Amino acid sequence: MAEFTIKVRRYQPEAEGETPRTAYWESFDVDLDPTLSVLDGLLQARNDLDGTLAVRCSCRAAICGSCGVKVNGQSTLACKTQLGHAAAESTRIARTEASGDIGREGEAVQRETDVESALGAESSVHDLPSSSTQRSGQTGREAEDLPGSDLSTPSSGGSGREAEHSPGSDPREAEDLPGVITVEPMGNMPVIKDLVVDMESTHWEKYRRVTPWLMPSGPPPKREYIVPPEAMVDVTQAVACIQCGACVSACLSMEADPGFIGPAALAKAYRFVGDPRDGQTTERLYDLANDPQGIYDCTHCFACIEACPKGVAPMDQIMRLRRLAGHDHDVNDVNNGRRHELAFTSIIEKKGTLDESLLLQESYAPGIKAKLMPSLASIKGLIQSVPTAIRGIRTGKMRSLPKLIPGVHHKLPGDSQEHVKRIYGRAEESRIELNLYVIGEGGDEEGMPGAEGVPAADITASAQAEEVTRS
Amino acid sequence: MPDHDVLVIGAGLAGQRAALAAAQTGVSVGIISKVHPVRSHSNAAQGGINAALDVDDSWESHAFDTIKGSDYLGDQDAIEIMCREAPEELLNLEHIGVTFHRNEKGELGTRAFGGASKARTYYVADITGQAIMHTLYEQLMKHADLIDRYEEWFTTELAMDDEGTCVGAVTRNIKDGSMELFRAKSVILASGGNGQIWQPTTNALICTGDGIAMAYRAGAKLMDMEMIQYHPTTLAGKGFLITEGARGEGAHLLNAKGERFMERYAPNKMELASRDVVSRAEQTEINEGRGFPDGTVALDITVVPRKRIHEALREIVLVGRDFAGVDITREPIHIKPGNHYTMGGVKTDIWGRTDVRGLYAAGEVACVSVHGGNRLGANSLLDTLIFGRRSGEDAAKHAQGRGFDSVSRSLLADEHARVAAIVGRDRESGRRVSEIKAELGATMDGKVAVFRDEEGIQEALQVVRRLKEEAGSAYIDDRGTIFNQDVLGALELENMLAQAEATCMAALERKESRGAQFRTDFPERNDADWLKHIDVSLNGDGPEIAYSPVTITDWQPQERTY
Repeated sequence: MAEFTIKVRRYQPEAEGETPRTAYWESFDVDLDPTLSVLDGLLQARNDLDGTLAVRCSCRAAICGSCGVKVNGQSTLACKTQLGHAAAESTRIARTEASGDIGREGEAVQRETDVESALGAESSVHDLPSSSTQRSGQTGREAEDLPGSDLSTPSSGGSGREAEHSPGSDPREAEDLPGVITVEPMGNMPVIKDLVVDMESTHWEKYRRVTPWLMPSGPPPKREYIVPPEAMVDVTQAVACIQCGACVSACLSMEADPGFIGPAALAKAYRFVGDPRDGQTTERLYDLANDPQGIYDCTHCFACIEACPKGVAPMDQIMRLRRLAGHDHDVNDVNNGRRHELAFTSIIEKKGTLDESLLLQESYAPGIKAKLMPSLASIKGLIQSVPTAIRGIRTGKMRSLPKLIPGVHHKLPGDSQEHVKRIYGRAEESRIELNLYVIGEGGDEEGMPGAEGVPAADITASAQAEEVTRS
Repeated sequence: MPDHDVLVIGAGLAGQRAALAAAQTGVSVGIISKVHPVRSHSNAAQGGINAALDVDDSWESHAFDTIKGSDYLGDQDAIEIMCREAPEELLNLEHIGVTFHRNEKGELGTRAFGGASKARTYYVADITGQAIMHTLYEQLMKHADLIDRYEEWFTTELAMDDEGTCVGAVTRNIKDGSMELFRAKSVILASGGNGQIWQPTTNALICTGDGIAMAYRAGAKLMDMEMIQYHPTTLAGKGFLITEGARGEGAHLLNAKGERFMERYAPNKMELASRDVVSRAEQTEINEGRGFPDGTVALDITVVPRKRIHEALREIVLVGRDFAGVDITREPIHIKPGNHYTMGGVKTDIWGRTDVRGLYAAGEVACVSVHGGNRLGANSLLDTLIFGRRSGEDAAKHAQGRGFDSVSRSLLADEHARVAAIVGRDRESGRRVSEIKAELGATMDGKVAVFRDEEGIQEALQVVRRLKEEAGSAYIDDRGTIFNQDVLGALELENMLAQAEATCMAALERKESRGAQFRTDFPERNDADWLKHIDVSLNGDGPEIAYSPVTITDWQPQERTY
């Protein structure tokens, strides 16, 4: 048994008397074995201390998907996070910030601040630039509409916007002991009460968007459909999804664009696209590729993979949808997503590095012919992208002058660009759809299905050559 | 007042299947669930679903296995129907998209499971229940124009008219606390089991048997309430389930000496004997000092090939890692018998009809009985679907061509008052709901579990009665209307205590050992005196015991060995 402090972001829609009308923090002290879960802690708090604490929960065993929350800023299931681990993680975060080594989270905060000062804070997405709120999901747009979404803390007392960098805005400020476990409701979804969010308007709405039922092409066979066993094993990864919403909560793309169909719904879409019995594969792919808030709206940030408690890897499912759409079904989407991807790889193949200044033209007008005779659509697309490009320059995405001039990218140190080009030269193209759900983690000797690629010997040789050059 | 021809209470496998079956006949259907449908406990069923689909298999073989597994307390006409209709239901599931495992030829593939003479369990890795339930929910989405969903509505009481007919239900919208009287021509209870009465249990926090309690209060008979299944492989402490599928894949049970002790209890089927036999074997090893200090024995899954574990037992790799700190591919995991399933429940016929007109029941809430004294693994998913479908069809038939019975609005006022009374209880004047629940759970797990006797069950009954009184003044903190989970806990506690009393009385009544009921004071099975069901119903103020016969068709009771 050990003592833990759980600091919960609460919101009481029917607040009376002394209870704050907006969101507030409340700490609960619980005494439990460190291997028990954060949910156990919340339930002890509810059972023994305060029955008004609202949290959805059912199975306690990470299978029902009810208890999605943010623990120390990370979207996850409360029942799957051990108290001991959560406290240790909170301590680690606090020490990282206190030591001045701002670490990963700190660097992100720093970049955000740079962006905001560059833009004059005109389009800041978040109220508070501290890392905790960066992960705490309520977008600037929603903050105005919803009660209880500004993080006014007792000590700062003001609205979220004023707090900026002031110490009072951070829930893990100096007065808290390290190891205080912070629990907040999931992000990207409106809060109903305490840790209970409205999933219907966000998560389930998007679920329904992808037509989530099997649509076979004709009447069913007398017995079962005959399908390759690998196909069923493959889609099992998407079937493993328990609809908990942690990925939706963590999705950074959705923070910026609430209309993004999102990781959970798109993983669900793959479940059907990857199922040989579904007769609408091309239609589904066409629809999701051409929707401006579809598969190409994902920024490939991995937040959903990190959040998912069941190994669904939603981003991987989205990337599979992209490969199937663009490569297998030749869908050239109106969002230019496919061409953008091809532009990336062809620039790297030619130059051995990504020359960003070439990216726009290459994706809208690929190849020499298209540049000599650009279509109306590509001219339109290029012009529409100019504001984004300017923002990119202002915010420091391209830091040196040569980078701004198309085609004049500064040479990277050593021979690295040549190395990369050589890899392209030697590599054989083969498609490996990695399915970690089946393979298992931690490297399984028997598991990897048909891993091919550059023979090991060559890689070692090049690496050794590199070593010699450097020393 | 929302009107529906058929109202389904509970949206797990049985409820969703019933709703779809009823909707297909053209009647109006409503389905109510106190949690979002996909949170229903059906999602925890891991191992698989039985069906005699294989050409080399027969429904008779499946039926015999089930009857023997039930220790001959199962009603054979119902079992015949379930086993006969299983293959078609399985194919129906496959056609709507369930991603069942395949063999090399691309056909449906099977795995071995407990108590089965032939491998006939169809599965999706170790998430079969989840896979089937999510597929059914997809169908509810597809037919959203036919079926009205009331997600996160808590049903507090069935609505009865003066003739004792069920005419609807009173529910509370959890999101805003408003209460509604739903009118229906048929009501189908599909609210699951009551494992939360025991602690620990594999069951979710929502498994409080609300439907069993409401039916009981409405005058329906409860049957076989003493038959409570303790699953052989649950984690000590929190009671998490390790699927029988592990043993199906070849895992061994070992005591602290490293012996495969099932040799002494079930030399033929070994680890795949029926669950009550295995649980008793484990408990005996533990009681006689051959278990580990934490009161467990070991399940050794390392004998199963690694790749197979990752492919077919992925879920329990995660359970082992996240909740026990064990990598099951490298070391054995400690387990013990734990509360898992309620064979008993609301008595129904083969169409899901209870003895209350207009009221149906299907799934774990019901007792048809297809499981008798002990349920075979992978038969519960089947039970929910077969009898879910049948209830839905029959309830729809019952609804067609009749008007709505009149329902008194005073029922709504009564329930309002009931809730208000709970909310208004003096704080600090009684015990907290969670305290009473914890005492109930510990008492039942201690005295009405794998091994029972007269003295122990009597003690438990006394505790339950005292707790019933205390529950009458148990106070809550939340007096609000929006997402008030506190008041729901109080309502659930009332429901649990009523069922616990019925269970104790039935366990006392049955002076023999059969299936999951093992009385150390009556250790033998006694067909002459006890080959019958024990019914409990509410008469006036107290529970009343009666008997009903076991339907025997072709299989005469025999000695049951594995």
